[in-house]
Amino acid sequence: MTATPEATEATPTIVLVGHGMVGQRFLEALAARGLTATHRVVVLCEEPRPAYDRVALTSYFSGRTPEELSMTDMEFINDHGIELYVGDPAETVDRAARTVTAKSGKVFAYDTLVLATGSYPFVPPVPNKDAEGCFVYRTIEDLLAIEEYAKTKATTGAVVGGGLLGLEAAGALKGLGLTSHIVEFAPRLMPVQVDEGGGAALLRTIEEMGLTVHTGVGTQEIVVDEAGAVTGMKLSDGSELATDLVVFSAGVRPRDQLARDCGLTVGERGGITVDEQCRTVADPHVFAIGECALAADGRVYGLVAPGYEQAETAAATIAQDESAFTGADLSTKLKLLGVDVASFGDAHGATEDCLDVVYSDSRAGLYKKLVIGRDGTLLGGILVGDAEAYGTLKAFTGSVPPVSPESLVLPAGAGESVQLGPTALPDDAIICSCNNVRKGTIRGAVTEHNCTTVPEVKKCTKAGTTCGSCVKVLGQLVTAELEASGVEVDKGLCGCFAQTREELYEIVLALRINTYQDLLDRYGRDGARGGDGCEVCKPAVASIIASLAPTIGASGYVLDGEQAALQDSNDHFLANLQKNGSYSVVPRIPGGEITPEGLITIGEIARDFGLYTKITGGQRIDMFGARVEQLPLIWMRLVDAGFESGHAYGKALRTVKSCVGSTWCRYGVQDSVRMAIDLELRYRGLRSPHKLKSAVSGCARECAEAQSKDFGVIATTNGWNLYVGGNGGATPRHADLLAQDLSDAELIRLIDRFLMFYIRTADRLERTSTWLERIPGGLDHIRDVVVEDSLGICEELESLMAAHVANYADEWATTINNPDKLARFVSFVNAPDTPDPVVGFVPERDQVKPDLPLLSIGMRPAEDLLEGSAQR
Amino acid sequence: MTLAPETTDLKVQLQLADGWFTVCDLSALLPGRGVAALLPDGRQVALFRDRAGELYAIDNRDPFGGAAVLSRGLTGTHRGRPFVASPLLKQRFDLRTGECLDDESVRVATYGVRAR
Repeated sequence: MTATPEATEATPTIVLVGHGMVGQRFLEALAARGLTATHRVVVLCEEPRPAYDRVALTSYFSGRTPEELSMTDMEFINDHGIELYVGDPAETVDRAARTVTAKSGKVFAYDTLVLATGSYPFVPPVPNKDAEGCFVYRTIEDLLAIEEYAKTKATTGAVVGGGLLGLEAAGALKGLGLTSHIVEFAPRLMPVQVDEGGGAALLRTIEEMGLTVHTGVGTQEIVVDEAGAVTGMKLSDGSELATDLVVFSAGVRPRDQLARDCGLTVGERGGITVDEQCRTVADPHVFAIGECALAADGRVYGLVAPGYEQAETAAATIAQDESAFTGADLSTKLKLLGVDVASFGDAHGATEDCLDVVYSDSRAGLYKKLVIGRDGTLLGGILVGDAEAYGTLKAFTGSVPPVSPESLVLPAGAGESVQLGPTALPDDAIICSCNNVRKGTIRGAVTEHNCTTVPEVKKCTKAGTTCGSCVKVLGQLVTAELEASGVEVDKGLCGCFAQTREELYEIVLALRINTYQDLLDRYGRDGARGGDGCEVCKPAVASIIASLAPTIGASGYVLDGEQAALQDSNDHFLANLQKNGSYSVVPRIPGGEITPEGLITIGEIARDFGLYTKITGGQRIDMFGARVEQLPLIWMRLVDAGFESGHAYGKALRTVKSCVGSTWCRYGVQDSVRMAIDLELRYRGLRSPHKLKSAVSGCARECAEAQSKDFGVIATTNGWNLYVGGNGGATPRHADLLAQDLSDAELIRLIDRFLMFYIRTADRLERTSTWLERIPGGLDHIRDVVVEDSLGICEELESLMAAHVANYADEWATTINNPDKLARFVSFVNAPDTPDPVVGFVPERDQVKPDLPLLSIGMRPAEDLLEGSAQR
Repeated sequence: MTLAPETTDLKVQLQLADGWFTVCDLSALLPGRGVAALLPDGRQVALFRDRAGELYAIDNRDPFGGAAVLSRGLTGTHRGRPFVASPLLKQRFDLRTGECLDDESVRVATYGVRAR
């Protein structure tokens, strides 16, 4: 990318200063309007990386990498010919000459200049505010610096400011293992969003998490040692707080210096003054959008949604379309330190003569307030601790809800509580405020654009693609719309069962049905009863029966009786079928820990049977090329040496990978190998809707890649963090943090519940990652169920797992001691000693590989065969 | 290794060009699962027995992948047609006609089979 000022003579140039979320949205709006084709577009970005999701900044500490936070698709930038200069901020603007000079010295002529410079953190002017150990919380670079300092030089941290960002910062410090304090000048936390009652509910919950909150006090001075590093803070009540690290998070100010320097009008309290088209009042060639702009309604908006609207307005105006930004809703729904906090509309009851409806339960950390007009109109509200109703309530704001307001804030089960569905909303109700998508548009996506799933609707309408808080409402709307348009979605498992896998699980468990035939004959579809079932439901039901075996009185051995006929081919032979009809064998190596003797045994077996060996991604050894009749012989030797089935063939727990942990590693903080072995031995043999992978890392460096697993564990100085729903494979997904700083027992109890809840409710062949994204309420719901026990089923989940653990037996050991079962392990029923002639091998890199031409020929001359001469 | 001890006198027989070829005891066939048999001319046959006791025999070779593994597939019924799903890539084959339910242009050989 090089600057080519000459080009401006032919094509008009738009220069965008600032590449944050709003800047990126502006570029997308330009492209959508075709302006990138008719204009040269230059972007000057100060930060060393292009636009990223600043709203989700804190998720860096729960494992999202800077790359994952990125909102910039370089293909988009390149495809639209956008010149993006990263790490090169604009230094001066010459409005007379219409040029911008960047820090690098490059000069860009513009026809239109768009300022999207955002804001900067306000640091109160206290002595030593710039001392070593003082930080702000705004950019990825700030976070990296805080992380580094916290790990090497601090045990205690204090955040100045108890607002939204302050609480996020405090949560981050706690996550880094620091003893954390919050110092807020106002008498309550989050003074802008919540009132006194909401602040009290929030305070209680946050203090219970182990954070110390100081409200009603200001910071007077940062105390430093001789070397100039922070040691504490002097507070306005005369007390002193000892701390090694201070994060200033006391609000932000518009970044308007560039505008001031070139003579643009700015507001008294900052912000570049613009009109309803986001054009600066002083210069029609210059626009300002986002947090640096003082909008026509006299406000500076510090939220991303209004910034997006301004970006759209500016792009529309440049395209000479009509558009105006006249003000925006300040509603927000956040999850701070795991606490739901939402405020919407006239949250503080500023409207004349308005009334409050309040429900408060400080014991449970709940506070809900609705502000109602004299005529019953819902004007706004505050929700703390439970913001489930946010989407619906916000959409009703400005109208008279169809039910009494008190019924909307009472908790479920408390008499009058009413769950008001989004179907009751008018079509012009805004469902997604980040992207300004109305209910009518979402309905249209289903009825006119044939979307049938939430991901399709998200793609079609952009709803739910920014903060995600409306996704639940989105799901309800899509389902309602599909049902209304008469789309009968057959949710049945297959042609044999009209029930879902989850429903079948409930039937099997409740009625203790322990054979497939019984289930099919009693609960199958009419035409399927008494029949043979199919390849879809047989393994699915076999899996349910196996998961629940001890509880429903079925055999825990998957080849016992009828179960043998139901298993997928691999489970039936307890090995993995390969392309030429041979099998691979994977013994369990818990946690990836193996003795030299174990390695030698595996090596000897592989050598004696001529097997190809390879190390798997799950820290085990895979042996390929075993003929079906060799499997029992191989396993007799493996079982003798103390190995067990690794279940590489099953929809079951595969491996629990580990790093070497605190025993050897200089960085390890917990014994990850021991924990991995414990977990692998606990859950081995557990049949589930799909395979399960796990890993345990001994420190935050995460060498075991636990965040790509169905359940991953990462050590902290205080215990273990549990992540769930991760996946590698074709659609990788980082796992979500379910709970932090758990003891060994807490960790195991939570995994027990999580796995059993997954087994109970997932679809067939649905990995935890897709399950977590599919089920209504997502991670929050799962957390409610398995952490808070909101359904009251945790005791049952734990006892089901306890039964599994108590009844585990190695299925290969059982098989080699059962002559009837061993008889199945032959290539030919009428020639048990003859190997399959199609299974042949040729050498490659000192090992063997399948003889593929043999497959295409299919068979050899008959005479060779019955002699059994087709040896490898 | 030997086969399971006899529990019945009935034998499974395949119809070949030169008459009926005895393969194994009927008891070796588990309802819902298959076994493979080797013919004197080197061909391989997959034999199945369904829940009602009916017997089926088709060529053992999966025409898509080439491996002789159809006997190891899962069986079922699709719209009244008994089938086996290949354990390689899951294509289903009609046990009566040999026709592939997922690709009409593909068919495997079938054999007459009886128990006596």
